[in-house]
Amino acid sequence: MDRLPKWADVVLVPLVSLIFAAAISAIVIKAIGQSPSEALKVMVEGSLMSAYGWGYTLYYTTSFIFTGLAVTIAFHAGMFNIGGEGQAQLGGLGVALACLLIPWPHWSVALLAASLSAAAFGAVWAAVPAYLAARRGSHIVITTIMFNYIAAALIVYLLVDVLRPAGQMDPATARFPKTVSLPTLNQIPGFDLFFQKEVPANVTLFIALAAAWAVWLILWRTRLGYQLRAFGKSEPAARYAGINPAKMIMISMTISGALAGLMSVNNVMGEAERLLQNSSEGAGFIGIAVALMGRNHPVGVVLAAVLFGFLYQGGAELGLWTAIPIELRIVVQGLVILFTGALDVMVRMLLVWLFSFGRKRQVA
Amino acid sequence: MDYGTLLQILDSTLRLGTPLLFACLAGLFSERAGIFDIGLEGKMLMAAMCSGAVAFLTGSVWLGLLAGLAGSLVFAGLHGVASITFRGNQLISGVALNFLASGITVLVAQRLFGQGGRTPPLDGAARFNEITLPFAETLRPVPVLGPLYADVISGHALLVYVAILCVPLTWWVLYRTRFGLRLRAVGENPAAVDTAGVSVKGLRFAAVGITGLLCGLAGAYMATALQAGFGREMTAGRGYIALAALIFAKWRPWQALGACMLFGFFQALALRPDVVTAVVQVKIPVPFLDALPYILTVLVLAGFVGKAIPPRAGGEPYVKER
Repeated sequence: MDRLPKWADVVLVPLVSLIFAAAISAIVIKAIGQSPSEALKVMVEGSLMSAYGWGYTLYYTTSFIFTGLAVTIAFHAGMFNIGGEGQAQLGGLGVALACLLIPWPHWSVALLAASLSAAAFGAVWAAVPAYLAARRGSHIVITTIMFNYIAAALIVYLLVDVLRPAGQMDPATARFPKTVSLPTLNQIPGFDLFFQKEVPANVTLFIALAAAWAVWLILWRTRLGYQLRAFGKSEPAARYAGINPAKMIMISMTISGALAGLMSVNNVMGEAERLLQNSSEGAGFIGIAVALMGRNHPVGVVLAAVLFGFLYQGGAELGLWTAIPIELRIVVQGLVILFTGALDVMVRMLLVWLFSFGRKRQVA
Repeated sequence: MDYGTLLQILDSTLRLGTPLLFACLAGLFSERAGIFDIGLEGKMLMAAMCSGAVAFLTGSVWLGLLAGLAGSLVFAGLHGVASITFRGNQLISGVALNFLASGITVLVAQRLFGQGGRTPPLDGAARFNEITLPFAETLRPVPVLGPLYADVISGHALLVYVAILCVPLTWWVLYRTRFGLRLRAVGENPAAVDTAGVSVKGLRFAAVGITGLLCGLAGAYMATALQAGFGREMTAGRGYIALAALIFAKWRPWQALGACMLFGFFQALALRPDVVTAVVQVKIPVPFLDALPYILTVLVLAGFVGKAIPPRAGGEPYVKER
């Protein structure tokens, strides 16, 4: 198959995949008797046309940057981490324990402690499947899926039987003290000029952006990153070059789990301010779509996370104002994963064909 | 625990093990042909919605079953096109189709019935009703075996017996027919099959098609026999448990029956925490019982309960010429 120019590979392939996904979504909307253009209008107005909408879009974006980066760094090492959901829920447990057990004097110290705790819990939850893959040859995909279910069961048990305060009916932890409440964007000087109403997007957004920069640094500017990418491209070659496969699996998955765990700082500490059941609400899985759409590059991940933030906030607006169920966003998510991840050869073939067509005309 | 309670639990074991068994055999065909399929869940869900909806609209469970098979086959076809024709990543394709099914089933059910993504409850001819096997009541007075026959073996929906019959059938197809030999070969060494002049793509599409049919049966059973209608996310991870059972069974049909019934037994126990507490004398949290099949799978995968070695060419697209 002919090669595509680099710019086409980076820009056109995801864009064409997105157009395919959008077109099929439009057909689905049409098929359930609604208007696609009306739906798009509601989505754009509800998520991008007001500061309030942006406040929600960026809140979702923050979560998706973390989970997208988690999938990305594992992908580079040739690992497919589907366990982001479970790792994020364990990260939520880490946040809750950090916020409830120690009386922090100020939110900034609490944020640091909760972040470390969330990352550690997520990392441990990813390290177990990684260890089993590295040492016992388990399949990482199946094991991480199983760990999602085990995590969900563990959290249910802890919330119902251990962490629930006496006399409370719903399975959740106590509310975190007011002192650890994170500043939302409307409380930050400078940002408050734009965000005038209370919005859920909070300072965690900056941690997410810093994490994206750090992942870029690790992958392309350190020896470890080089080793990870070499291992992901070809295990025998990496082994021949003296790279330890077990170490690569452990390190890539641990960082991946830590990133997924960090996500919970955004939703558990920044928004809910207590740990609820299913706190991550599928964001761990969206990381897969975000990483694929973002071409496994931190810059792409941030852009794709904004796109999915728009999709999530816009989808919620659809559920509120139209007869289109909120589940449309899961359909779009599935289509994006399908086209960018499984059918990318098809998209590429199509583009190569179009390019060769253009070239022939130039010759003639 | 008295004998009656045990029979009740075994009865629900068979009920809950049936969808797992269909899905597990579905995965077996696909993976034995070298196509990983973590999209069993999505196909079951699609089949459950289609069969529930059509059974309600037509009042006929058989038309519902056909619709379920069709819905599941469409998704199987998509997986085939993505992973065989376009040599895409089979795991990612499976994940994508699971999300697609999860969303689209709710969208369609909401459009058709407007009940929050459910289908209306089914009854009468729109469901697979319980069949009483011959002599069930006559034999009931026979000690021990009589109640076992009357309460556990008799009195299930037709599809439960079909699922059990699928086990020897699968065994026969895999190990006693030319098709089965080729199917197993294509999962181990597709190049050899290709050299022998047999189409790798054709065999793999056939396998994926069988997977679609069996997932269709699993989904139709869920919506028209186990429950009376479709509900959102009603498969609740059964596709993954079936995958776990498949690994536990090391990709073999009879062992798949055992693994699915074992996992069905755990699900039945999770419904009766009172019995579990009475037997082990310690209060075991229900979430632990829920997680047991997954924990067991992790242990099996890690090789603590015997080594599970998947078909060698699994997950790798076949490129005819390099």
